[in-house]
This record gives sequence, structure tokens and C-alpha cells, in this order.
Amino acid sequence: MNVLVYLLPMALGLGLAGLFGFLWALKSGQYNDVDGAALRVLSDDDLPK
Amino acid sequence: MSAMTEAIDLSLYAKPESAGTLGMDVAVEGISCGACIGRIESAVKSLPGVTEARVNYTNRRLHVAWSETLTEPSRIFQALADNGYRGHPFVALRAEQEEAAEARNLTRCLAVAGFAAMNIMLLSVSVWSGNVTDITPETRDFFHWASALIALPAAAYAGRPFFSSAWQALRARTLNMNVPISLGVILALSMSVVETANHAEHAYYDSAIMLLFFLLVGRTLDHAMRRRTRAVAGNLAALRAETAHRFNGDELVNVPAAALKAGDRVLVRPGERVPADGEVVGGSSEIDDSLITGETARRKVAAGAIVYAGSLNYSGALTMRVTAAGGSSLLDDIERLLEKAASAKSRTRRLADRASAIYAPVVHTTAALTFVGWWLYGAPLHDAIITAIAVLIITCPCALALAIPAVQVVASGALFKRGIILNAGDAIERLAEAGTVIFDKTGTLTLPEPRVVNAGDVDPALAQLAARLALSSRHPLAMALAREASARAPFEDAVEEPGQGVRAMIDGAEARLGSASFCAVSAEGEGIAGVSHIYFSCAGKAATFAITQRLRPDAIETVQALRDLGLDLHILSGDRAEAVRPVAEALGIRQWRGGLNPAEKIAVIDSLKAQGRRVLMVGDGLNDAPSLAAAYVSLSPISAADVTQAQADAVFLGERLGPVYDAVAISRRARRLMMQNLWLAALYNLIAVPVAIAGLVTPLIAAAAMSGSSVLVTLNALRAASKSKTLTEGDPS
Repeated sequence: MNVLVYLLPMALGLGLAGLFGFLWALKSGQYNDVDGAALRVLSDDDLPK
Repeated sequence: MSAMTEAIDLSLYAKPESAGTLGMDVAVEGISCGACIGRIESAVKSLPGVTEARVNYTNRRLHVAWSETLTEPSRIFQALADNGYRGHPFVALRAEQEEAAEARNLTRCLAVAGFAAMNIMLLSVSVWSGNVTDITPETRDFFHWASALIALPAAAYAGRPFFSSAWQALRARTLNMNVPISLGVILALSMSVVETANHAEHAYYDSAIMLLFFLLVGRTLDHAMRRRTRAVAGNLAALRAETAHRFNGDELVNVPAAALKAGDRVLVRPGERVPADGEVVGGSSEIDDSLITGETARRKVAAGAIVYAGSLNYSGALTMRVTAAGGSSLLDDIERLLEKAASAKSRTRRLADRASAIYAPVVHTTAALTFVGWWLYGAPLHDAIITAIAVLIITCPCALALAIPAVQVVASGALFKRGIILNAGDAIERLAEAGTVIFDKTGTLTLPEPRVVNAGDVDPALAQLAARLALSSRHPLAMALAREASARAPFEDAVEEPGQGVRAMIDGAEARLGSASFCAVSAEGEGIAGVSHIYFSCAGKAATFAITQRLRPDAIETVQALRDLGLDLHILSGDRAEAVRPVAEALGIRQWRGGLNPAEKIAVIDSLKAQGRRVLMVGDGLNDAPSLAAAYVSLSPISAADVTQAQADAVFLGERLGPVYDAVAISRRARRLMMQNLWLAALYNLIAVPVAIAGLVTPLIAAAAMSGSSVLVTLNALRAASKSKTLTEGDPS
């Protein structure tokens, strides 16, 4: 059961990384325009002409 | 708007951003697909000096920034117009900004609670399965301490919305739903820590965190729905915002009406609405005050006359001086009545508050009795306390707290789809309880703009010519005729003669549209109250169009449907009795009165109130604003005066009256579901509480009971949007 001593903190750490990732995305405004983000990916104006 | 080039003053909207740049938000009409995003952004970005242009597709807005020195900002609107979009400068209302901040906070809490719930559940399930197999006490303690490490900070963070609201309620010596929630969470966590320290088998970290998670899901959804409708309402307000032509010396500048100050001189052209209250200083015209008083007959004004914001200028250009609001007897009257009505209005207690006022004392007494009972029965003090706390945990009102918001979210979504935007949070509950409906006539039962009523009597070809010619005129009667035109192409050489009419050469013959003398035909049918005529002559042929207020297209069936719901219907109008009678007769509403001033309307509402009726007032005029405030619940069309809309509990869009019926029908069903949900939650407690009192609750049972009951009420709430008879079929704008 000693394996739990480092497995558990590792699992928690990974979870926390996900949580902070989400909070960062929220703060940087990535959820301000969810409908638009879905459509922007379809436009190809970033392709070289 | 006008063809005349005129500088637009946008200083009210442009806000400094980073050094040397100005920024502005623009509500854009006409964004319909993903391609619009790129088209708008590249068009605006190609303007010299524009540093940033970003479309928010979700709420149909554009954010632009430009360097202060380089660009004339009105070119942004020109660029939008060139691409087929209409832009309106937009300032977010404080309410909308506050709600956005609150929504972000709730989402953060939800994320933290979700993270904690998942991880604690992982540990808890291991403990539960270990308890029936071969977990060692040391491993169990380790898992419990790990859970505590996650749960305590997470609850402290994610529980803030509940704790602060509960604290406020307690300080005001009242109880709301957040009091038992906070108490349950805090007790569950403290008991678990004590139990963990004592190497106990059971701990309730998962119950506490899951409770917070479920409740936050409900609140976040509620907020998201409200923000969506608010964004649309904000855009509509920007679309409606009037501009005014202000004299800067001799020069005319187009400014937003909100920027006008007392003393400004303003030009009001025919066909435009008066932008502010004021006094006419030059010119003469006819003014349509129907948005102010409900009166449909036009008023002649000349220098010295008082005009009100929202009146429609008919025939001649007016120069007016803006006076401070409240400078006239009518507005003072309305202001005073509004204040009185607002202070007399007893705040109705919301269903959720009434439920928690019964619920919280019962639950807390039950827990106390459980403790006393077990203790007297001879149980050790520790066991008695644990059992009492278990009662509090199992009764923690998860389902009860979700019962109403869940229905609210689904119902306001269904209303939104049918073009009804809620202003008040408890509008659904109050709409459901209304038993009497009072309609205003002008602009509410009838369409806000006059329409041609005798189109069928005129030769269709001639009518189409007249309608196309009318496209070239700004006169309200001509604009009413222009709405009948199927071809939207105006004649190229049309010339408008102010105060007379409009003429053009059609196939070599001169066509004229306007007054009888301008068209050289004899006036007919003049003198009928509320009906105006516009004349047309072309190549020896002539036609007369009668234009008047017309009922909304579905008014008759809506009124019938409302009557079928068992509602008692009235019409109270500020217009003359002879103009109200035909409307009342057409709709079959027997209780009607005309010629009422705002105070008399309130008197009628008060007498109905005294009989114990709950009145739904539907009105649009400025004169209706006090009655809307005095009524139990109120609705107004989107075309209503600003002051009036601000009083209304909900606003409906479009030309149809059907939303009034839908609002009542959906609200009634929503309220029925709210009551059902409250009973479901009560039933759950009825089953779970005896188990808890008996001391048989384990964390596993608590978790299963809590999720089960929450899912049940949420599923039941979804029925609020289920298909059933409504008059309008959803078309969200």
C-alpha cells in the first residue's frame, strides 16, 4: 500500500493542473464567445494565398 | 438614417483603452452565419488606424479599437453598412456587467467544486468498497485525511456564494434556503474531521462537496440563461437608441439622444421621433403623441408648444429646445404616480423563500429532537450528536434548492425562444398567478405603427406604384403605405416636397403621392376620428388610402385563448372612447374604458386589487408606466417607451400579441412544475428522515439519496419546455 503515498499526490497534482488550466482559460476570456470559436475554426483566412 | 451627410458624435461611447487608443463596443444587426465574422473583421481592420476588431458571435457584438489620432470613428459604421450590417454603438448596462462578473465567479466555484467532488468520490468509493472487503484502518484514515485535505479548502472557496447569502439572511433575522445549506455543509465537514481523528469508519466529505457541486450547477445554469437574455435585451436597447440632430452653432451634428442636455437646440425632421422633452422654438407640424398618452388623433404644434420624447413628428421640420426632464405637468404627474405606485407595491415573497421559511425550522427542530431523543434513550453523547448531524446532512435541501431554479432556467429559455425577455427574476411566478389582464389599446392591442386598411379596395397595380413611390418619403403615412410594397426598389427620380408629398415620373407620366391638394384630387372620407388618408394620382388615375391603427394580426385569437385560460380581460385606454369601442367590440372584451389619464388607470387597478384580483397589466405608453408599476405583474411590447419598458417585468418582441398568451401559459406550467418539485423534495425527506433518525444512514446512502432526488427534480423541470400549445413558435432573435 506504500505505492499510494506517491500515487495519490500524483493523481491530485494532475487533477489540479487541469483545474488551473480551466481557470486560466476562463480568465483569459476563452469562454466569452463559445459560439464564435466553433465557427472561426472553419474560416481559412489564415492560409497563405 | 438620412441621406444628408452629417458628422456623428461618438464621444459618449468611445472609451480610452491603452495609450493613444480608443475602444468601443458595437451591437451589430445582421450577423447570421460564421462567414460574417471574417467579413466584418477584415472590413473594419482595413480602415486606417484601426488596431483591433473582434466580433463576439455569441452576443452579436463587435469590439473595435483605433488610435486616437488616425481614424474618424463614424467610418466604422460606414464600413459595416457597406457590407450589409447595421452597427449601433453600445454601452453595457451596469446590471449586465455585474452579472457577467457574478457568472465568472460562479463558474470558478463550480470548477473547484467539480474537481473536489471527482477526487473525493474516487477516495470515498474506495473506502465504501473497502469497508465491506478488506481495507486496513490505516489506509482508510489515510484516504479520509486526503479527502479532508481536498474538501476543506474547496468548500471554503466554492461555498462562498452560499455562506455569504446565508450570513446576510441571518443578520437580517430571516431564513433563506442558504441557511440550511451552509449549516449542513459546515456541520458535515466538521463532524467528518472529528470522526477522522477518531479513526471512524464513516466520513461525509463527499456529501458536503457533492451538495455544493449540484447546487452550483443549478445556479450557474440559471445565471447563464439570464445572461443570454440580458445580452439580447442590451443589443435591442442599442438598436433602439435614438439619435438627434443637434445644432452646434449653425452646424448640425448627429448625437446620441442620451448625450442631449437641457438648453440644446435640436432639429426634428418629419418622420422622426422627438429625441427629448422640450419646447418648440421654430417650425410647425403635427405630432403623434400615441406613445405618450395613447391618444391617436394628432396634435398641431408650433413655437411655444411642449413636446415629449417618443412623439412622432408628422409633417414639418421642428426646431426645439431641450428642457430638463420633469419640466412639464404630464411628466411630473407620471413621475409622482410612479413613485407612489413603486412604494405601495408589496414585494411578493418568492416561492423558494416561502418554502425555506417552512422547511428550515422543521429540519432544525427535527435534528434537535433526534439528538435529545437519542440522548434520553441512553445513547452515548457522541452517537447522539452524530445521528443528529446525519439528519441535517440527509435533509440538506439539495433537491429543494434545485426544485425552483431548474424550472426557472428551462421556462425562461422557452419564453426567450418565443420572444419574451424577462426583466424581473420572479416574473414567472407572478405571471402564473395573474387572474385579470388589463390591456392598453394603442400600441399594445394595435400595432405600434399605423397601417393601410383599405388596400383591398384599390386596384393592385396602382397600389403597388403608390407603395413604391412611398418608399421615397419619410412621412409616417407614406411609410405606412410603403410597408405594403412588394418591390423594395424606389423610383430613382422621386422628389419629396416637404409638407406636400412626393412625386416622380413613371413611364412618362407624373405620379404624385401626398395630400389631396398636392395630387389635385378631391378629399374624401376626411373627418373620421383616428383615420388618415393619403392620396395618389398617376396618369389620370387616382387612389385614396385610408391609414389607421390596426389590431395586431393575432389579437383576436390571442384574446380568445386568454379567455379560455379563465382570465378576466379589460381594456383601459388613454385614447377617446369612440376610438376604443371598435377595438373592444372586435375583440369581444366587454369591460373597457377610454379617455383615462394615468391616475384613473391606477384607480381601476387599485379597485381590482381591493377585490383580491391579481392584475397583469400589458401596456406600452409613457402614460402606462405608473399602471405597470402598480399592477401585480406587467408586460410591455419592445416598441414601448423607455420608461415604460423599465417598469415592465417582461418585454415581448415582434408584431404579434401571442407572446402575452405564451407568457401566461408557460409560466403557469412552470409554476405547476415548481410545486411538483417541491412536493417531490418533501416526499424524499419524508422517506429519508426516518432512516436518518434511526441512525442507519451511511455516507453511501446519503450520496445515493442526494443525487437521486436532485436528478429527479431536474428531469421533472425539463418538462417545462416540452411541446404543448403555444401561439408563437420559437424564433429567437
